[in-house]
Amino acid sequence: MEMVKDINPTLIKRKGNGQINIKSGNKVDTVVKWTIWVLTALTILAFFFFDYTGLQIQRAISETLYNLRVMFFEPALTHFSWGEAFYQVGITLGLGVLATIFGAIIALFLSLLAAENLSKPWISKMIRVFVAFIRAVPTVLWVLIFAIAAGLGSEAAVLGMLFHSIAYLVKAFSEAIEEVNPGIIEALRSTGSSWWHIVVHGILPSTFTYFLSWTFLRFEINFSVAVAMGAAAGAGGIGFELFMASGFYFDLREVGLITYAILIIAIILEVISTRLKNRYFPSSVKA
Amino acid sequence: MNEKRMHAKKWQTTFFLIIIIVVTYLSTSITNFNLIDGMLTIPAAIGWMFSNLLITQDSIAKMPQILEKLGETIFMSIAATTLAAVVSLFLALMGSKTTKVNQFFSVIARFIASFSRNIPVVAWSLILLISFGQNSMTGFLALFVATVGFLTRAFIESVDEANQSSVEALTATGATYFHIVSKAVIPQSLPQMLSWILFMIETNIRSATLVGILTGTGIGYMFDLYYKNMNYNVVALITFTIVIAVIVIELLSNKIRKVIL
Repeated sequence: MEMVKDINPTLIKRKGNGQINIKSGNKVDTVVKWTIWVLTALTILAFFFFDYTGLQIQRAISETLYNLRVMFFEPALTHFSWGEAFYQVGITLGLGVLATIFGAIIALFLSLLAAENLSKPWISKMIRVFVAFIRAVPTVLWVLIFAIAAGLGSEAAVLGMLFHSIAYLVKAFSEAIEEVNPGIIEALRSTGSSWWHIVVHGILPSTFTYFLSWTFLRFEINFSVAVAMGAAAGAGGIGFELFMASGFYFDLREVGLITYAILIIAIILEVISTRLKNRYFPSSVKA
Repeated sequence: MNEKRMHAKKWQTTFFLIIIIVVTYLSTSITNFNLIDGMLTIPAAIGWMFSNLLITQDSIAKMPQILEKLGETIFMSIAATTLAAVVSLFLALMGSKTTKVNQFFSVIARFIASFSRNIPVVAWSLILLISFGQNSMTGFLALFVATVGFLTRAFIESVDEANQSSVEALTATGATYFHIVSKAVIPQSLPQMLSWILFMIETNIRSATLVGILTGTGIGYMFDLYYKNMNYNVVALITFTIVIAVIVIELLSNKIRKVIL
């Protein structure tokens, strides 16, 4: 009984019926609850702001279902051959590879400068702000902006995708570098190693597999970005064929076949990257 | 590490480098990419950006119109993400090892998720555009379908990571399936799930721009319109507003994430 008296009664919050409210004062719960409410409210509001010009919802749904059935159950090629289809998939993969590999090389150097344990605070801050800015601009806008200077083609597409890949990988790489055991860096520093020695012998051996998995993860993303760039920015490849088949020829069977081709490659890439992820970083990682 | 293993490792590294070089070479030849041209383009493009992408008085006059379209795009991505999260929650509960009802539903849920995730959002928007036409619903549905796929995978991971002992404890007391899910699984994985939802909203605003270009809606359409008219001052302003919107949302969600995780 005496114990109970010691507790300041004003600190115990009770519900209307006298039950002690065990949840009060938990900041996490409050924030979670508020976020969910705000998102719900914004979602409901959104439907009042949408532009519904020309939408006939019932016809649209039944037509889409019919289209999907034609696409996925009767795929066929009419405007180009199988060889051409493989070639176009190859172009899309090629764009993805180039943007990823060049991006990874550049990001490696930038991330060394962006990591707080290897670089001066002002340099690292500057790179971070710069990278955040690049990441905020959607890839398609980068590609279209580069297309003005370089003309439509693979150069503009690769450069546009490269910009975004660098920004993404610098963030991932520099976070991996910052998790390197500070003891290793200190030990190397105390022996009088130069900055390059620390990077080559201290940082790279322990982070290399991380870098590889992140790079592959980015390649997976870059493949679907390359498809998008083909469709929206005229970068060629299977994305452009998809755009032509659906927007110009209205050939649903061809759209179906192209979609299958993209789906198969994407699933193969996903399986590989999931394997890499489970092998090299067991805890969940944000793609 | 003995000498033999070190030797093997050296060979592995060399082999790996050779593969990368070959793949890069093949990619440059199939895409007709010219590295030197490409490198020369970068300074030219940056120079062009600084001399042409300027926000002028004239373009500021377009601000109300731009903000309206930007608002439409932001609303579109929030609505698509939130509704997709609701669907994903059910799919994830069916698909996860801890909470699955039976093997059949689990496989179905995982299949739906993989199917909608691996078909790029571009393909979804082009398919939907054919019958839904040029309005916000097309973009909304395209984002919705792609997000369901992604969030289901993320949610399955969060549910799997939830502590098993509380599930076991509730099972021991004879709690029903519904009780276990709502009292043990969801409260544990909710912060993680919310973090994924916030991440997806950020991503979707960027994707919404792309979808907008293809389906002729929202800020993407505005960008495409002025880009094709070569009115680069307005293009600059639109890009700038997108950047501001994305960064503000990123900062906000980082703040929320810091509290809940």
